[in-house]
Amino acid sequence: MQIAVVDYGMGNLRSVVKAIEHVAPDGAHVVLTDAPEVILESEKVVFPGQGAAAQCMSALRERNLPEALREAARTRPFLGICMGMQVLLDRSEENDGVDLMGWFPGQVKRFRPTGEHLKVPQMGWNQLHQTQDHPLLDGIRQDARFYFVHSYYCDLDNPAQQVATADYGLTYAAALADKYVFAIQAHPEKSADDGLRLLANFTRWSGPWS
Amino acid sequence: MGLAKRIIPCLDVAEGRVVKGVQFEGLRDAGDPVEAARRYNQAGADELTFLDISASHEGRETMQHVVEAVAAEVFIPLTVGGGIRTLADVRRLLHAGADKVSINTAAVHHPERIKEMSDAVGSQCIVVAIDARRVSGEDEPPRWEIFTHGGRNPTGLDAIKWAKYMADLGAGELLVTSMDRDGMQQGFDLELTRTISDAVPIPVIASGGVGNLDHLVDGITQGHADAVLAASIFHFGTYSIHEAKTVMAKAGIEVRD
Repeated sequence: MQIAVVDYGMGNLRSVVKAIEHVAPDGAHVVLTDAPEVILESEKVVFPGQGAAAQCMSALRERNLPEALREAARTRPFLGICMGMQVLLDRSEENDGVDLMGWFPGQVKRFRPTGEHLKVPQMGWNQLHQTQDHPLLDGIRQDARFYFVHSYYCDLDNPAQQVATADYGLTYAAALADKYVFAIQAHPEKSADDGLRLLANFTRWSGPWS
Repeated sequence: MGLAKRIIPCLDVAEGRVVKGVQFEGLRDAGDPVEAARRYNQAGADELTFLDISASHEGRETMQHVVEAVAAEVFIPLTVGGGIRTLADVRRLLHAGADKVSINTAAVHHPERIKEMSDAVGSQCIVVAIDARRVSGEDEPPRWEIFTHGGRNPTGLDAIKWAKYMADLGAGELLVTSMDRDGMQQGFDLELTRTISDAVPIPVIASGGVGNLDHLVDGITQGHADAVLAASIFHFGTYSIHEAKTVMAKAGIEVRD
């Protein structure tokens, strides 16, 4: 089994690769790639991301990735992580407004500090509140803590696509899913045993979810 | 419920080895950074900081391999500090598997580099370490100054203004150490921590002076810190991470159990 980790120059992906290798079944082969053809010949695709929305989108377009990613996500298990969740929505407020990939109806908005002096970025271990069952969350207890680092959050239009929420000044979508796609705002590769469990579940999941 | 306050053990590393050792029951090699990191992960540490105190250039090169080895086995956030001066240094350590780097002296000498670094790799990867000493007299309103070189060299920079400036330039987090309290085991300088934490929009880690678990609680409740960093009380086995979290939870602080 080949698992592609999409490397489009946005952030360090070594931890993602190491964590997947750590939990994947024997015989699994993890490749870091930015080549559409390698993505499309892999059985599973992991789509991480860090940094600014505008930069991410231009890095994806420069490499002709949006179409290949869309095709991959229609036909095989696809895991978005952090910015790899946010760019699946329609549009972000970041960088004075950026059009995203538009697979999931919704907007990416900035955390607005409230009276309690909310720090932005949110950095640390928050609770993943599961709102639906999903095979990737098997064996992870309700409200388990995951490691989050982000200044913007996903505001989904369709509640049926939201599988988990987190609270930070407001309640927002912390994970989304539809058919072969699962995406999470937290970093499973940095979330100790629960994060490794989610990645292990992904390497064993053949989808689709409905 | 929501975001937990973090406990961060800090390990000093010189020439690739943990200095002063870490005392865990059954630890085979107290100087092995990978084993120390693995044990702290099992013990429930929320994050780890490695401070490179190598004297030599070779020692600094070694740090990269230490980070690679740790990041391949321990899946919690890892911050590396000590002697990081340039964007190339930052990239090298992030590439090796660090999640964040902590910049200290280089920020004082070249503040513009904080902007360069955060623009290039993202604010979330850039921690600015602020070493401050109280310089006001007893009857004056409190004032703190930035010091470099382990608290020896004054810079004339006001610590609060400096903290705001660093946040403006793109720091994603501040590690605030009271050089008056460091190593004294009498608790954080809570007024310093609170004044900075209330003045900036980004998370603040309190450091310097932890001697008991109530000090960690005070850092959060009175110092308004988002995370607490400590070294010797954990390394020498005086207290476990679990005991620290129990005390913090009893004080009403949200922790990851």
